Amino acid sequence: MNKLMKYLSDYKKESVLAPLFKLLEAFFELLVPLVMASIIDRGINAGGAGGADTAHIWRMGLCLLALAVVGLVSSITAQFFAAKAAVGFSAKLRQALFDHIQGLDFTNIDKAGTSTMITRMTSDVNQIQSGVNLVLRLFLRSPIIVFGAMIMAFTIDVKSALVFVVAIPLLAIVVFGIMIWTMPLYKKVQANLDKVLGITRENLTGVRVIRAFHQEEVEEGRFRGFTKALADSQIFVGKISAVMNPVTYVIVNGAIIFLIYIGAVQVNVGNLTQGEVVAIINYMSQILVELVKLANLIITVTKALACADRVAGVFEIRNQERTAATGISEGMGGAKAPDSAGRAQGAGAASLDVGGTPFLHFDHVSLTYAGAGAETLHDIDFTVNRGETIGVIGGTGSGKSSLVNLIPGFYPVTGGHLRLEGRDIAQIPEDELRGMVGMVPQKAVLFKGTIRSNLQWGKPDATEEEMWQAIDTAQAREVVEGKRGKLDAEIAQNGKNLSGGQRQRLTIARALVRSPRILILDDSASALDYATDAKLRTAIRGLEGGTTTFIVSQRASSIRHADKIVVLDDGEMAGIGTHDELLENCEVYREIYFSQYPEERLKAAGAGNGTSGNRSDREKGGQSHGSR
Amino acid sequence: MAADKAQTNKNGQSSQMAAMRQVLRYIRRYWLMVGFSLALAAVTVVLTLYVPILTGDAVDLLLGEGMVAFPAVFSIMKKIGIAVAVAALSQWVMNTCNNHITYHVVKDIREDAFEKLEKLPLKYLDAHAYGDIVSRVVADVDTFADGLLMGFTQLFTGALTIIGTLIFMMVTNVPIALVVVCITPVSFLVARFIATRTYSMFKLQSEIRGEQTSLIEETIGNQKIVKTFSREEAVKSQFGEINDRLQGCSLQAIFFSSITNPATRFVNSLVYAGVGIFGAFVAIRGGISVGRLSCFLSYANQYTKPFNEISGVVTELQNALACAARIFELIGEEPQVPDAEDAKALTDARGNVALENVYFSYVPERKLIENFNLTVKPGQRVAIVGPTGCGKTTVINLLMRFYDVDSGQIKVDGTDIRDITRGSLRTSYGMVLQETWLRSGTIRDNIRMGKPEATEEEVVQAAKAAHAHSFIKRLPKGYDTVITEDGGSLSQGQKQLLCIARVMLCLPPMLILDEATSSIDTRTEMRIQNAFARMMEGRTSFIVAHRLSTIQEADIILVMKDGNIIEQGSHQALLEQKGFYSTLYHSQFEG
Repeated sequence: MNKLMKYLSDYKKESVLAPLFKLLEAFFELLVPLVMASIIDRGINAGGAGGADTAHIWRMGLCLLALAVVGLVSSITAQFFAAKAAVGFSAKLRQALFDHIQGLDFTNIDKAGTSTMITRMTSDVNQIQSGVNLVLRLFLRSPIIVFGAMIMAFTIDVKSALVFVVAIPLLAIVVFGIMIWTMPLYKKVQANLDKVLGITRENLTGVRVIRAFHQEEVEEGRFRGFTKALADSQIFVGKISAVMNPVTYVIVNGAIIFLIYIGAVQVNVGNLTQGEVVAIINYMSQILVELVKLANLIITVTKALACADRVAGVFEIRNQERTAATGISEGMGGAKAPDSAGRAQGAGAASLDVGGTPFLHFDHVSLTYAGAGAETLHDIDFTVNRGETIGVIGGTGSGKSSLVNLIPGFYPVTGGHLRLEGRDIAQIPEDELRGMVGMVPQKAVLFKGTIRSNLQWGKPDATEEEMWQAIDTAQAREVVEGKRGKLDAEIAQNGKNLSGGQRQRLTIARALVRSPRILILDDSASALDYATDAKLRTAIRGLEGGTTTFIVSQRASSIRHADKIVVLDDGEMAGIGTHDELLENCEVYREIYFSQYPEERLKAAGAGNGTSGNRSDREKGGQSHGSR
Repeated sequence: MAADKAQTNKNGQSSQMAAMRQVLRYIRRYWLMVGFSLALAAVTVVLTLYVPILTGDAVDLLLGEGMVAFPAVFSIMKKIGIAVAVAALSQWVMNTCNNHITYHVVKDIREDAFEKLEKLPLKYLDAHAYGDIVSRVVADVDTFADGLLMGFTQLFTGALTIIGTLIFMMVTNVPIALVVVCITPVSFLVARFIATRTYSMFKLQSEIRGEQTSLIEETIGNQKIVKTFSREEAVKSQFGEINDRLQGCSLQAIFFSSITNPATRFVNSLVYAGVGIFGAFVAIRGGISVGRLSCFLSYANQYTKPFNEISGVVTELQNALACAARIFELIGEEPQVPDAEDAKALTDARGNVALENVYFSYVPERKLIENFNLTVKPGQRVAIVGPTGCGKTTVINLLMRFYDVDSGQIKVDGTDIRDITRGSLRTSYGMVLQETWLRSGTIRDNIRMGKPEATEEEVVQAAKAAHAHSFIKRLPKGYDTVITEDGGSLSQGQKQLLCIARVMLCLPPMLILDEATSSIDTRTEMRIQNAFARMMEGRTSFIVAHRLSTIQEADIILVMKDGNIIEQGSHQALLEQKGFYSTLYHSQFEG
């Protein structure tokens, strides 16, 4: 909670004024029993035998009314400031939370679960908001009333007031004890709620599979299990919280019994009047009323504190510093420029060998994901010249996506160096690096909005012409023209109103719109048919400005015309070269290729003898990585 | 403008009433416990009202110096002690009961909502943002629970206290009681006035929250893409815009609803002053003792508070009901047409599939499939090809009865599929989709999804057939590895292998493979194809694929374009037609 307090700092004025006006209200409320005592002693019982002072009763009555009005005004004022501070606080918090999540790096995104992030941003923040609101309104009011009542009691009779001195700490122990006890339990409740959210989401995303396997009832059963766990934990914590009111009731009334006894003795001795005893008892029962309110509040506050912990937990997810050997760090969010030393060094490295520097250099690159036991990529070593098309092929899980994900710096290189024009990419500011790269991810996702707004993701200030150009290259013209409103056609959340292939083409257009220097197609034509795929590749090759293109694919046909093909096998490079070279000297590539073109294998076998002799020569020369 | 407002108020109120009725239906299931809780509430209230009377009696005994009757005081003290103890105990038990009722009602509602979710037609689910639905099932129900619990613990006792107080007051002194009776309803009116004003504000707040949840769901769920395009700032400001709107409307809703408390408290103060002044005059004339007056005052002070609480509860309930209305809206949504009463369970389907004069479109104004006819004999292989986005998956939607045809019929083994139970129809198909989906749980549970009773051996066998065994073995916990939401750390291809293993285990009589191997490398795919080929032996299968080599062997090829079937026939026949298919076929060998 402490860590979250800073979001309240913009509402300092409100957070001070709200309790202040509450204090005022409480103060007026505390005066009421005194006024009443005065009515009894000086009005009704004035002068003993029937000599009532009606004028005094009227004066004091008006006084009561005045107190009521002033109380109302200050209380409404307090409510306004409290609401303003609480709502403003939660708005700030939510924004900060969202911003923070936006700043997380890929490694952290992999770790954080989507559904728990969503509960934290919605339900948890709402609970905290109610908590703050109530605290501002009541949390200060209650102690003020409690201690105020005690002080007032002291002004009337010290002996009676001592009962307050005993009762109040007792009450405090009960209230805070229960609070401390239940806090972790509320956290558990919230965790159970997370699970309910998780399964709900899962059932929405997997609805087709669930229905295909006729699993509706099984899922209902699972859901029941989760809601039962939730209800059980809620009821358990509820049982404990329910203790608070009865126990405080007992303490306060016990105190009243004592007060009666002390009052009886004091009145008998003549130290106290009847009206004064009434006033003291009044103060005690005022404490009870306050505590009842406080108990309800405690539940909300305890919940809010538990939620605050969970939210603070999100803020504690911090990015690892983006560093290279030189130790340049990028802060949170990573959008800052590196410090000047890093830049100087990067630039220096580039200027050293301007002539012979390759555009992109994988210099014995290895990658181990955080928390993973084994290397995902091992000793990848090759260079790429500007404008080349690089095909990346390999089996499932061979590390193709990991390889291209290194280029925009999504994951840090854990061994070796990856250099762009001689600069280690760990030292290129994230924004600059990502601005250069047009990435088409495996999963074709579009966002709610229009086609136009989605393309603007690639380039916020893209002109109509640039958009259409990208659409044409991506072979998406018919998709766009087939929609009502063309560029302004609505796209539903996740692009649900488009087919997989349509989405894929639009995601390609999105990457092309920015005219990237490096274009990465990460298996992003898988939902395209061969004809469209071929047209797409031709169009990309025709792009002006020397775009360097990486095509990751399972299909040999997609990459066979690439300038260089990188063959990956289980995280290692099994070969690099052109289609023809690889066909000759890379076993893994040959296997992939022939699996897709069985008839070619026959042809190759027919012309075979020469080729295979050739191959064994090369293998002797140690040129090939493909011998296994 | 004013008329508009009145209208929305009215609408708000009627939907509120409807929501209230629904809630009551849920509560009715726990009527026994509700009754018990009410009885305990009565005990608690009577005793808590009795205590101030005893206190008042005690005060009356403190007449002045040397005039205190101690034995009488002691006996009253004892009575107070007993009353307080019993009241405290019954209050605790009552609270526990209320907790029980509330959380069970909430559980019931959630379960009903979820059950509905499983029965809603895909048409609904495809058209609604998941985030919004999730927020209804989770956040809205949660807010509702809070309101309901408050309602329970305070509404009962509150109402009973008011009634009890009135009776006690009437018995003690009618004129002073009348003063109280006349003034207190004002607080009710005030509360009601505020509540009706704020209902629409809370509803608006709920709506904006839903919108925000949708955005969160979309961006956080696809965080990597957001980052890839450096769109963090853009989505932040988009979020900020909604957040600002939410802030504005929350402030209104919260502030206006929080006026209720001070307002009712003010009314209480009026009551207190009224009793004070009027009571004083009555006391002067000897109509009431000072002790009884103090008891009255304590009532006025403490026990007109229930009005306060009730009105507080009323605003809370407004909010709760607004949330409840949203969840009931979901529960009340039209479910898919239930299986006909006399629907047959399809067992051991032979695999005769016939589509007769089928018409279908997602939206009436855009025609899609028109007059589609197809007869598939048992064991035949049907390939569906066509350019991207031509509606291949639509055919699957219809075969699996995810969507119903607009007219015409689809028959399996001569029976209209609308006369077959959905469960048996769907389990007769083994389906592997391009979009892989795994449930969170262990790998074993995922493979066993269609056949929970499968033995370990069968599971491993299926995994081996799908070539998933080797990678599963290498996972830290093998088949017991828990897959997190969305498959987490597994690659797309590995997930697809698991989906295939899932089907391999059930071996249903018919198959649907929609780009089933799109994410798998070709070497593995080759091997899987062999397994598929064995599996397809004697099974009617529908295959959506791009790779024409897989398609060539099909008995019937459907060539689709723009949602229509434009060509239909065997590979050879279609090539000879020199139509769209032959162009498509030849293009794969071009560059």
